[in-house]
Amino acid sequence: MVAVRDVSLTIAPGSFFTLLGPSGSGKTTTLMMVAGFLHPTRGEIFVDGAAVAGLPPQKRDLGMVFQSYAVFPHLTVFENVAFPLEVRKVGGASRRQRVGEALELVRLQGYERRLPRQLSGGEQQRVALARALVFRPRVLLMDEPLGALDRKLRAHMQLELKRIQRHVHVTVIYVTHDQEEALTMSDQVAVMRGGLVEQVGTPAELYEAPVSPFVADFLGESNFVEGVVVSAEGARVRVRADSGLEFHGIGATSLSEGQRVTSAIRPEKLATDEAPSPELNRCKGTVAEVVYAGDATRYRVALGAVGIVTVKVQNRMASRPYACGDPVELAWDPGHTRVFPAEVR
Amino acid sequence: MSEVGAVPLAAMPAAAAAERREQWGQLALLLPALLALAALFVYPLLGILFRSVHKTDYTLEFYRHVFRTPVYLTVIWLTFRTAAVVTAICLVIGYPLAYVLARARPRMARLLVIVVVLPFFTSIIVRTYAWMVLLGRNGIVNQYLMDLHLVRAPLALLYNPSGVVIGMTYVLLPFMVLTLASVMRGIDPSLVSAAHSLGASPAQAFRRVYLPLSAPGIAGGALLVFILSLGFFITPALMGGPPDVMIAMLIEREVELTLNWSFASALAVILLVLTLAGYAVYHRVVRLGQLFEGHS
Repeated sequence: MVAVRDVSLTIAPGSFFTLLGPSGSGKTTTLMMVAGFLHPTRGEIFVDGAAVAGLPPQKRDLGMVFQSYAVFPHLTVFENVAFPLEVRKVGGASRRQRVGEALELVRLQGYERRLPRQLSGGEQQRVALARALVFRPRVLLMDEPLGALDRKLRAHMQLELKRIQRHVHVTVIYVTHDQEEALTMSDQVAVMRGGLVEQVGTPAELYEAPVSPFVADFLGESNFVEGVVVSAEGARVRVRADSGLEFHGIGATSLSEGQRVTSAIRPEKLATDEAPSPELNRCKGTVAEVVYAGDATRYRVALGAVGIVTVKVQNRMASRPYACGDPVELAWDPGHTRVFPAEVR
Repeated sequence: MSEVGAVPLAAMPAAAAAERREQWGQLALLLPALLALAALFVYPLLGILFRSVHKTDYTLEFYRHVFRTPVYLTVIWLTFRTAAVVTAICLVIGYPLAYVLARARPRMARLLVIVVVLPFFTSIIVRTYAWMVLLGRNGIVNQYLMDLHLVRAPLALLYNPSGVVIGMTYVLLPFMVLTLASVMRGIDPSLVSAAHSLGASPAQAFRRVYLPLSAPGIAGGALLVFILSLGFFITPALMGGPPDVMIAMLIEREVELTLNWSFASALAVILLVLTLAGYAVYHRVVRLGQLFEGHS
């Protein structure tokens, strides 16, 4: 079985690079190959221009934080963090100083003599991080490191990780299936699917200009409408949905007249009470379901033959809530309508 | 709203009572086992204790006899030495085997466990006789060694201490392997991976991470094998020579041949006390080890 097929990535020094994808997409396999725990059947891996694919993990000088933290349970916090220095024969005052600095970096001063079982999950995570950074590796690899933490702590650790990364200027390769985590932390994200890289770009590029329905669906949320291209002028296309509704959008690739397409519109880009303007796409519908989510309200709007679309409206003071059964007119910018060639099923 | 306050107040004594009932219930479940243990173990043990200090009257002469006769002291020393050698060999053979067992895929692991415990399905006497056939002067082992010209004359593998050690190691190895494997199975494999990613060579990762984490298995397996060795009877009786007498054989001789039950009882009590002393020492060492690990 092939887990990763054709992955070619270049990661800028000092950047925060995320491999994002659902389970089985090959993101962890790719990371394990960089770390040296798996060996690619073909291809090469370069770190600072040097080929490393033939080296065992201990010769690669890459820091790694495991999903399970993998903090040594029989060693104290100090001994855990000192471990990479110990095996590199860094001793005495220099070892103590560097362990001290690493623990200060992750804000665990005073925990030196504790055993891992006396620490919370978040604290163990910090020990694993300090241990992976104390020997000043060229690259820090992280395999879903925040997966086991609760929501609040995860958000806090995301900020902490960014702070630490900026502070030590280390290149990070980060694996996650959590799109929110990928968007908030990364400089660059590679979206993986079925052992292939689907798209590489900044979080904004991926979110605003996805290259495929998969990316549009995996990052954030999208309403999909099937149809055909009626006319095309450059990237701007006019689409007729199967229901008869016509609207404008931007082609993700060059599209030609008569081509079957899938259009994606994000729920928050659909406006409910916009002033009429000729530039906007418009259509009428009926509110079928209202889900209040605190900061925003999600409406499920029935658009006749088009089906049901999701509309997300921020709960500002002025916005008037709709009730089930209310008629509603939706408006959206053609620039926010991504049109993809229909995927062959 | 008064109900809200009343509920915990009323519930607390009820909960305590329920807990007490549950404790008594658990005790009742233990009762058959406790009764069986008392009737079949504690009572006979008290009988042995009594007999060892009483024949027609209370006396310590049987103990005095043991400690004043060099032959008996030699037997006790031999018993402990044999147990130590067997334990050490079991550990050396069993550790790698347990490692493979613990790291194998589930199906392979099940197969290996069956292979390891398979000997238990056969009587120990049959197995010991099988070894005697293998190890005899004209047995398979000696024939191969001769055919390969590794030795000129057949090796004496039976009716001497090496026969005893081979036989006992064979019988006790599964106890070592299963104890070690159960501890090793609890060691997260990513810990060794982590050690490698942090720069440790395979030898360093083993010495600093895997070995200390498997130490409870080493201690547990060694204790089990050592204590079982002390009471071994059939294997040394069949595979050892006339001088290879272990304490259990001595007890049997006193019971069966000389009918000196009081003396046999005294020997049995000495074996028990020495075994318990060994356990106490072990307990101390392991505790100290844990302290050391925590604060080194």
